[in-house]
Amino acid sequence: MPDLSINFAGIKSPNPFWLASAPPTNSGYQVMKAFDAGWGGAVWKTLGVPVVNVSSRYGSVNYRDKRMMGFNNIELISDRPLSDNLREIEEVKKRFPNHAVIASLMVQSRQEWHDIVRQSQEAGADGIELNFGCPHGMCERGMGSAVGQEPDVLQTIVEWVMEVAKIPVIVKLTPNISDITEPALAARRGGADAISLINTIQSIVGVDLDLFAPYPIVDGKGSNGGYCGPAVKPIALNMLKNCAQHPGVRLPISGIGGIETWRDAVEHILLGASSVQVCTAAMHYGFGIIREMTSGLEQYMTDKGFHTIYDFVGKALPNVLPWEELNMKYKVTANIHAEKCIGCQLCYTACEDGAHQAIQLNAGTRVPEIIEANCVGCNLCSLVCPVEDCITMDRQDDGTAHLTWKERTAAGDIPTEFNDEKAGGRHHWVPEPAAALGKEKHKTLPGKARQYPSAAEVPTTQA
Amino acid sequence: MAEYSTPTSEPEFDANFAQLKPRMNSSEALFESSRCLFCFDAPCIQACPTGIDIPQFIRQINSGNDTGAARTIYEANYFGNACGKVCPTEVLCEGACVYNLQDVKPIEIGRLQSFATRKAIEEEKPLMAPGIPNGRKVAIIGAGPAGISCACELRTLGYAVDVFEAKAQPSGLTVYGVAPYKITNEEVLAEMAYLQQQLGYSVAYNAPIRSRAELQQLEEQYDAIFLGIGLGKTSTLGLPGEDRENCVGAVEFIEQLRLNHHGTAVGRKVIVLGGGNTAMDAASESSRMGADSVILAYRRGKEDMGAYEFEYDLAKGVGVKGLFHVAPVEIMGNGKVEGIKFIRTALHEGQVQTVPGSEFIEPCDMVIKATGQAKQTEFLGLIEGLKTDGKGRIIADERTGQTTNPQYFASGDARNGGAEVVNAAAEAKATARGIHEYLSK
Repeated sequence: MPDLSINFAGIKSPNPFWLASAPPTNSGYQVMKAFDAGWGGAVWKTLGVPVVNVSSRYGSVNYRDKRMMGFNNIELISDRPLSDNLREIEEVKKRFPNHAVIASLMVQSRQEWHDIVRQSQEAGADGIELNFGCPHGMCERGMGSAVGQEPDVLQTIVEWVMEVAKIPVIVKLTPNISDITEPALAARRGGADAISLINTIQSIVGVDLDLFAPYPIVDGKGSNGGYCGPAVKPIALNMLKNCAQHPGVRLPISGIGGIETWRDAVEHILLGASSVQVCTAAMHYGFGIIREMTSGLEQYMTDKGFHTIYDFVGKALPNVLPWEELNMKYKVTANIHAEKCIGCQLCYTACEDGAHQAIQLNAGTRVPEIIEANCVGCNLCSLVCPVEDCITMDRQDDGTAHLTWKERTAAGDIPTEFNDEKAGGRHHWVPEPAAALGKEKHKTLPGKARQYPSAAEVPTTQA
Repeated sequence: MAEYSTPTSEPEFDANFAQLKPRMNSSEALFESSRCLFCFDAPCIQACPTGIDIPQFIRQINSGNDTGAARTIYEANYFGNACGKVCPTEVLCEGACVYNLQDVKPIEIGRLQSFATRKAIEEEKPLMAPGIPNGRKVAIIGAGPAGISCACELRTLGYAVDVFEAKAQPSGLTVYGVAPYKITNEEVLAEMAYLQQQLGYSVAYNAPIRSRAELQQLEEQYDAIFLGIGLGKTSTLGLPGEDRENCVGAVEFIEQLRLNHHGTAVGRKVIVLGGGNTAMDAASESSRMGADSVILAYRRGKEDMGAYEFEYDLAKGVGVKGLFHVAPVEIMGNGKVEGIKFIRTALHEGQVQTVPGSEFIEPCDMVIKATGQAKQTEFLGLIEGLKTDGKGRIIADERTGQTTNPQYFASGDARNGGAEVVNAAAEAKATARGIHEYLSK
């Protein structure tokens, strides 16, 4: 049985799954329920001077029939009195001494930071997370992402906190910045023990077509909110990688952003996270999803022979390189396994219109054929194919040659002029532009209704 | 058997004849449309006789443009809702869905089609309009799928159109001949009213055209005449005792059922003669009407039946039993039907031959003959120069639908010998274009 427990910058937790600072951690009731269900830790909904919220607060991005692919909110930090929150933190810690309770904090003055850090410690919190990420409502008041976007200010506040902190301090970073490593480095300079990322992304999730207002709508109006949910995972993973690879950061990272299943968690861990935080999935499905997450993680670790989380923290990092260091001699081409093909021809139209015209149709069959000479190995056909393993990308080079852009640059072997012979597409076949006109129009504009004479031959209809 | 008790009220009838393709709600339509792969050069389009751009209307449903979806459907097929309900989608669009090759349930195209069209009908969405009047007039004989489709298309082209219908309601077999579990009378008639309201053709009901004099009058008053007359009554078998009480034709039986619902009399033990889709319908219907036993008797083997496999499965599903390799010899009885004398048959080099001495009597109190409908040969003989083929089908140009009398055009069962609603709708739309071409010369 693999060991899921972690010691994150000194914060111990029976598993790496924490609830992120958000509505699911608004109260002791919720956090106790979550721990009861199997969550390893919880970052309390941000404490500070209590706020007043609006109604409504959440908006969603749906994809076809899938709801909440993306999610945003315009809710602020805790609207409950500090003393109520601290009392409940104390109660939770008494009942769950081995679980991680982290107090998320957001205040303004040095004195306020000193006071709230001390009070959190006294309440028994295992750690502190500084909310420098909230991208709406609080930043306009000089807090949240307004701090996260100013590395110097961030560093100063971290220093204030470290003056009194006796428990580990995590700095939560905002993604609403060009280079996430700048605030990460500032956090390290300020003396923080760890970082967590990403907070939500400034967003408008949609516009109501009838009310002409952005979601969520408050009395016919709306505001930008903070974006999260499955859709943001790719952005989170990239920023996580940037911080984990930066030689100056060297801090434990709590990964946040789009984690809904054990797979998402493993991806964060492979790119350097040693704890993960979840919010949207818990808001969508409730605390019960933790069972799938822990069971999936355990099974994965068993299958891979990992004994602890630390056996694979950052394991994918060495394989994430700058583009210029990728092997240009590596060559794959698409291979359609005809016996699996169901003839949807999505690969054909994708390659024909969206890529490199490297798939052709043949009479008498709906199974498309790869034009080997034209296939650049882009993957598009295999990505759109609805059948598992029907289109594989098979290696064509023998694996012996290795040449990177960096090496070619050093050797002076790169295109430098507009019409350079070394242009990558120079010797790649491209159809004549006019060959596109009328091509397969009956297929791209199907339906016998369109096969009748053109509209000009039909009398115009009366209104 | 008796899985169904004889219905005695409209709610009981509706329960016994619950719709095979019930209406989708908007959530179901969203989920189902989300499954569509939106194939390139989609096989479902190719499988549809009217060539509806199916992935397009599914995408429109999926993106919340139900009205646009209905428009896409009606552009190709005026019987949009009816076809969604009554088409043998299992062998047409849904049968062609690429998911079948992946052993995944095909998209429920028929139900999605009806989802969009019924919404448009109920919300009275204006999706069609007549063309600018061109001063020409066309008479249409028969308000079935062929006649109404032709009328609609001609109206969009600016023709004045008068439809002459022998019966009291439009849509032909859609309301008089299709099994009640496939479509309700109400939704058929709602679609007919929707079309007529937008396109403004006139229909004279209970107005059969039967005589040479009536045809003469049409020929003088109209620029062209469209024959959408369908088929005639059930053919007689020429068996002794065929005139006994309770020996009925399937078409006539189903018409009674559609008109009278639970008021239709059905025997306790019914034998249906035939192996086509109409036989399957009549057998299923008898069972759903509460018959104690229903036997489907066919002179060849199960695998030789003309009926679609899913239609036989439907019949079996409601308790119908097959009796194969038998030929009826005599309808037995004393005034009323009491049984059928059969003789067993065997196939010799593809030919059905009777087995001497193998006669037996199968008792029953009702016989339904589903052994084909007669052609309207006598009526067609009244039209000068109009030719039919060896099977009594009207000979017409494949593209234009023009018959051998240039003033007459034809589509539907009378021309194709008996096919689906969708075939009539497709042919008649093309024929309307043929009429336009002829009259534009």
